[in-house]
Amino acid sequence: MATMTINGKTVKAREGAYLLEAARTAGFEIPTLCHFEGLEPWGGCRLCLVDITREGWDGWCKMVVSCLYPVEEGLIVLTDTERVRETRKVVLDLLLARCPDAPLVRRLAAEHGIEQTSYKASDEPTDCILCSLCTRVCDHIGVSAIATMSRGAGREVAPPFNEAPPDCIGCLACAEICPTDCIPFETSDATRKIWGKEFEMLRCGQCGRAHITRDQAAYYDGRNGVPVSYYELCDTCKRRQQAEAFNRLALVK
Amino acid sequence: MRIDSRKKFESVVEKARKRSASRENEILVCCGTGCLANGAQKVADAFGREIEKRKLKAKVKPFVKGTGCHGFCEKGPLVVLQPRGTFYTKVRVSNIGRILDETIAKGEIIPRLLYTNPADGEKIEKYSDIPFYKTQNRVAMRNIGRIDPTDLDDALAAGAYAGLAKALFEMTSEQVLEEVEISGLRGRGGAGFSTARKWRSCIKAGGDRRFVLCNGDEGDPGAFKDRSIMEGDPHSVLEGMIIGAYALDAREGYIYVRDEYPLAVVNLDKALAQAREAGLLGENILGTGFDFDIRISRGGGAFVCGESSALMRSLAGKTGEPRAKYVHSTERGLFDLPTVLNNVETWADVGAIIQKGGAWFASMGTDESKGTKAFSLVGKVKNTGLIELPMGTTLRHIIYDIGGGIANDRPFKAVQTGGPSGGCVPESLLDLPVDYEKLTEAGSMMGSGGMIVMDDRTCMVDVARYFLGFLIEESCGKCTPCREGLKQLRSIYDDLVAGKGQNGDIDRIERLSQGMQLGSLCELGKSAPNPVISTLRYFRGEYESHVRDKACPGGICPDLTAYRIIEELCDGCHGCAVACPTDCISGEKKKLHVIHHEACISCGACFDACPENAIETFPKVELEPEVA
Repeated sequence: MATMTINGKTVKAREGAYLLEAARTAGFEIPTLCHFEGLEPWGGCRLCLVDITREGWDGWCKMVVSCLYPVEEGLIVLTDTERVRETRKVVLDLLLARCPDAPLVRRLAAEHGIEQTSYKASDEPTDCILCSLCTRVCDHIGVSAIATMSRGAGREVAPPFNEAPPDCIGCLACAEICPTDCIPFETSDATRKIWGKEFEMLRCGQCGRAHITRDQAAYYDGRNGVPVSYYELCDTCKRRQQAEAFNRLALVK
Repeated sequence: MRIDSRKKFESVVEKARKRSASRENEILVCCGTGCLANGAQKVADAFGREIEKRKLKAKVKPFVKGTGCHGFCEKGPLVVLQPRGTFYTKVRVSNIGRILDETIAKGEIIPRLLYTNPADGEKIEKYSDIPFYKTQNRVAMRNIGRIDPTDLDDALAAGAYAGLAKALFEMTSEQVLEEVEISGLRGRGGAGFSTARKWRSCIKAGGDRRFVLCNGDEGDPGAFKDRSIMEGDPHSVLEGMIIGAYALDAREGYIYVRDEYPLAVVNLDKALAQAREAGLLGENILGTGFDFDIRISRGGGAFVCGESSALMRSLAGKTGEPRAKYVHSTERGLFDLPTVLNNVETWADVGAIIQKGGAWFASMGTDESKGTKAFSLVGKVKNTGLIELPMGTTLRHIIYDIGGGIANDRPFKAVQTGGPSGGCVPESLLDLPVDYEKLTEAGSMMGSGGMIVMDDRTCMVDVARYFLGFLIEESCGKCTPCREGLKQLRSIYDDLVAGKGQNGDIDRIERLSQGMQLGSLCELGKSAPNPVISTLRYFRGEYESHVRDKACPGGICPDLTAYRIIEELCDGCHGCAVACPTDCISGEKKKLHVIHHEACISCGACFDACPENAIETFPKVELEPEVA
């Protein structure tokens, strides 16, 4: 355990944790847009900035992103200094210029006192804040069907060559994780469409609900050896079947 | 031939020296990228052909040698005739017959090919007498221009690998570290971190596998010192890296070279093969049992890949994007293993430091910044090129004594150092001794040694805008402040130069710059506002003119500037009318000419063409309203 001070409060944090986790556990709010528990921290949105200092630094502070700074014994963390607030405001102001219509960005900006961006609103407004959660979750699953392409102001999330991505399995993880819900998809009992690619849905043999794409099932088969036949029933029906089996066992007893 | 002992090394060097000494008449043809572009290869080939043809009477048959960059690219192709040191500039194939017949055979100088000192118009014969070279002190560039970079023997004769031999045969790895420590060497890539401290922290990180990397991703506009070192003396880079690997007990090394440097890749490749064959690289180096090998990795030309963590990601085959460096790359670098990354120039210094001693290196320079530093001196100076000087040399000395002053004798306005991360230093600071601390204090930085000199015909708002444009292209876009901030800064600047600046723009620029400095992920974003902040600091008046008066004091921004001909000075040479792309200048020869503003696009071509300096600029807002 590392003992630190966060905004004057003494906090014990587990070794190997990052400041963000320690501060949130201690009850301090730090805004984030590119953070997701379960994925490696990335440090791109720059909202979780905090000031750190130590005894003997003579009041000198260093600004770091809390999602990536490891907890350290004796660290003094300040999550709400004037310059932290000011820098967060600049970041949100910039994001609001990029995504003037994204409700999440509007809300966060408003919480920081920004109703209208002080910069030039984008000619091509988008809801994508380029947090890369979608590409990172896709990498994490091991599919890597989408990625960011180009750099700088031209950066965008896209499948290779902007064509239907051959590796995509239609799992929708990217769309689910997107904090601004800006990845469009369509799904029905028969087909699912995302990134310009169409998928056949596998339907539950019992309840008839479409619960997984054929590509998804094939991918898991290839990776974990779980046969496609395992997906003949949906999770709910599989659980129901199990429960019924247990019930029967109980009756026999 | 594999060198497997100290004795063998010494005998090989001795043989190489003898061979070199036997070539009394050497014709050195600069084959750096600049001179090659000017036809140096044809010149070198023609020398060879003509020598064969002529059966020269000279006692020793001249030996033609293509060398690395002499640094004086604008005067190329450059030819040096040894042993006399006669220095010919702008040599064409058609001059070669005369050079052989007159200078080589009879010792007669051809004045037309000599260098003219711009200060007094005097012709200077010898390389060593030219002010551009006279006060230079070359350490990292010690052999460039003297040796054939593709010939190992030539490099050995000039002292290459002597430092390595000393390190391996006479010193422990700890002694090597101490020597580098004594030298006070700091990173030549820009940040100026102590090299010895970096190496020590990598050793402290432990583990049994670590990497030695060379950063050859020089990307600052106007900087080309690393390219010239890799092209002109690749063995000095390899030697430094092998010594570093010995000190660090590393087995694997990589040189990351940007793909825009094809000649550097070719010459490094050759050098690697030669060094391996000679037993200077690979397994059992010099028979000492030490193994280390180097591979070349070619970058795709992204500026951000010069940043250490982005470089390492790129080397590992991933997208070149930086990561937060709260854990240093000396602990977790390439493939998450301890890694030392140093700049090309830093590595080139290491060999010399070991050979001549850390104290020798530390005897040059200032208290905090030791040794010498290479700079690419470009822009509006009379002599542009590559220079190397002791740290602490004043900007005035660099620009006026070595650079020969401002081109066309115009007034000096500012010098931009450190590339897009640096800043502009104004005239009032010309006596600033150049070292890491002093440049930072002045709001600029050392960077990779680019120095762009600007004269009075420069708009500082436009200069800052140029660098923003460069960085927009080169930002990786991972973090919000850099990606979006640069875009917004640039849009404010676009308005400023178009005369659409508003009150409060300067405040917005300052607030955004501070947000980017504090909030960005890597040094690219953190330092991106430096050109903005430094021009605001020293040239705030120019910004205010753009916003308040809709005027460009430098007379550059086309939307704010108009041109007129000064009646008393115009001699009617018609040069301006010929230069004008829109034919908006009328006037008969020998009579006063007039610029018609309706069609004028304010390109400034007439201004540059006028030999009498009879054209002046004035704010466009002063034009008659119906015209403006």
